[in-house]
Amino acid sequence: MKYTISVLVENRAGVLSKITGLFSRRAFNIDSLAVGTTEDRTMSRITMVVDDNKNSTVEQVEKQLNKLVEVIKVRTYTQEELISKELMIVKVSANQRTRSDIMNVCEIMGAKISDLSATTMTLELADTPDRVDLFADLLRPFSIIELVRTGMIALQKGSGVISAKGNGKQQ
Amino acid sequence: MITGAQAMVRCLEEEGVKAVFGYPGATICPFYDELRTSKVRHVLVRQEQNAGHMASGYARASGEVGVCVVTSGPGATNLITGIATAYMDSIPIVAITGQVPSDLLGRDVFQEIDINGAVMPFIKHSTIVKDAKELPRIFKEAFHIASTGRQGPVLIDVPIDIQNQMIDFEYPDHVDIRGYKPSVKGNALQIKRVCESLHGAKQPLICAGGGVFSARAQREVARLSETAGIPVVTTMMGLGALPTVDPMNLGMIGSFGTPVANRALEETDLLVIIGARVGDRAVVAPSAVEGRSRTIHIDIDPAEIGKNLSTTVPLVGDIKNVLGQLLALSPRTDSALWVARQKALRQAELSAEPFYSKSSVTPARFMRALGERLSDDAYLVADVGQNQIWAAKYLPIRKGRFLTSGGLGTMGYSLPAAIGVKTADPGRQTVVVCGDGSFQMMMNELSTAVEQKIDVKIVLMVNRRLGMVNEIQKDKYSGPFGVFLEHSPDFSALAAAFGVRARRCANDDEIEAAVDEMLSSDGPFLLECSVSPDEGTKNA
Repeated sequence: MKYTISVLVENRAGVLSKITGLFSRRAFNIDSLAVGTTEDRTMSRITMVVDDNKNSTVEQVEKQLNKLVEVIKVRTYTQEELISKELMIVKVSANQRTRSDIMNVCEIMGAKISDLSATTMTLELADTPDRVDLFADLLRPFSIIELVRTGMIALQKGSGVISAKGNGKQQ
Repeated sequence: MITGAQAMVRCLEEEGVKAVFGYPGATICPFYDELRTSKVRHVLVRQEQNAGHMASGYARASGEVGVCVVTSGPGATNLITGIATAYMDSIPIVAITGQVPSDLLGRDVFQEIDINGAVMPFIKHSTIVKDAKELPRIFKEAFHIASTGRQGPVLIDVPIDIQNQMIDFEYPDHVDIRGYKPSVKGNALQIKRVCESLHGAKQPLICAGGGVFSARAQREVARLSETAGIPVVTTMMGLGALPTVDPMNLGMIGSFGTPVANRALEETDLLVIIGARVGDRAVVAPSAVEGRSRTIHIDIDPAEIGKNLSTTVPLVGDIKNVLGQLLALSPRTDSALWVARQKALRQAELSAEPFYSKSSVTPARFMRALGERLSDDAYLVADVGQNQIWAAKYLPIRKGRFLTSGGLGTMGYSLPAAIGVKTADPGRQTVVVCGDGSFQMMMNELSTAVEQKIDVKIVLMVNRRLGMVNEIQKDKYSGPFGVFLEHSPDFSALAAAFGVRARRCANDDEIEAAVDEMLSSDGPFLLECSVSPDEGTKNA
């Protein structure tokens, strides 16, 4: 089962390496990772997706993250609880013959054509990870030249939020 | 305005630091230049690793944060083992390292090393100071983080230009770190659940670990044991939580534990783990325990609960606090039969007479005689290896403490740690037990002991090999290899060269006189015991 862990951290140099170092030395695997600033500029938000067949690993990850002094808040979610997006930019070969087929796929998937050349098209799609996977699969017959994806970012559905205030994290 | 270096010394004074253990070098010189005029005592170590161990011994004896100071590069890397040792045993120390000038960071200049990055996996917290104005806050936070919650080492890396920067000094009076709020008080509902779980337990057992000492909760553990009728086993770090001869104390569990303690762990129907992390040396097969018994796990660190053993009732909080709250509910069990049987088994185990030898010193016999002659509240600092196991198994503890490197198993811990203990508590009798392997890793610190007039007694168990590895190789591999110490120095002559008195103890007949001579002598003393190379840790 996949879990998404959202971590609010101090926006300071070296914090990310403390977090990723924790994952490698405790032998936890990360599927994807995204970091960026938040509504409060002193904080960054890290969104991680981890695959866990025993729930105990996620619990242990959460506890170990909480022990880092720079970590302000940790929350774990299942996919259903989240609005999540991942961004992919992909460059495919395209000529006059294939261009309209590619445009078709883009239209169906809601992707954007962000650049064109005589021999290539560069496309972008921001969507859930499985839709991004699907888009990549659909493009494969047209020959993908270069592909890049961000990690997933996510917010909880409904009115729920994570904030630095409220209940202090468990130490 | 004062310099960053003056500010660093002021911070230590504000924290009430009485002694620092250190080794200077170029990048920490501005700090040393200010330390000379401070009341804070400086203890010059002979190798930086030992500064960490001394700070650790100091912290364990005083209950305050131990402080060590070293220079950048090799000074800092040498200290790493000291930091890791403190981390594994949750000992509060603050390590201050000098660093090359900020504008040269990352250029691999002379004696530059990324010590922050190097210690990251085994330190509670670490910071590099980028602006001297932050020094007071960083120091205040370092001492707070080291000494609260689950205690541990904290490192402050201070580039030399920061030490020379001028600032207005004001020491903060409180700490507010939004990502660090240890839960000290136990959850009342969980405490009630613990009390209910105890109710009706027929074969309950407390397993006490090092956390009992971190929380200074020995009395609370004893009261819980006594009033609720729960016998106690300990991990190595928990030795001395109850006196050895307390009838409720069944001894140490684990791969080197005593049969009665280990059997109790196998038979219990309700295990109450207090300040122990269920390490592999203490609980060899956690899954077997899970299958047999319910478990209550009390710890200040929520991450320890459920890490190695799944728990029926978790309880997070400061042990002293939490047990106080629990005792107020008058917990009861239904354990009269179990307690009577365990007490009888333990009594029989304790009264077994150790072997007697005319040709060498029998460790069990020696430790028993030593323990009987120590002051009630003595510190026994054991090194790592066979000597540690012998001391842990056979040395009776009354109101004293048993200190050792339990988690990391760092050879060469005992003498520097004992020097730290004596610096904190000069009046208390302190005895080191080590082997000829570990002694040769730390004997340089005899100079420190003599120089600082540290009255530490050293028991050196000589079997002319690395006994523990020798034993493992005999049991599980093709036989001993690479473990022989045939060309060790004449230890008594060596001690004399340092200005330390010494004597030998050749066999069991000499034990009592030798121990008496050591304990009654004035100043440091080395007692060299000839132990048979065949002596193992598993036999009685």
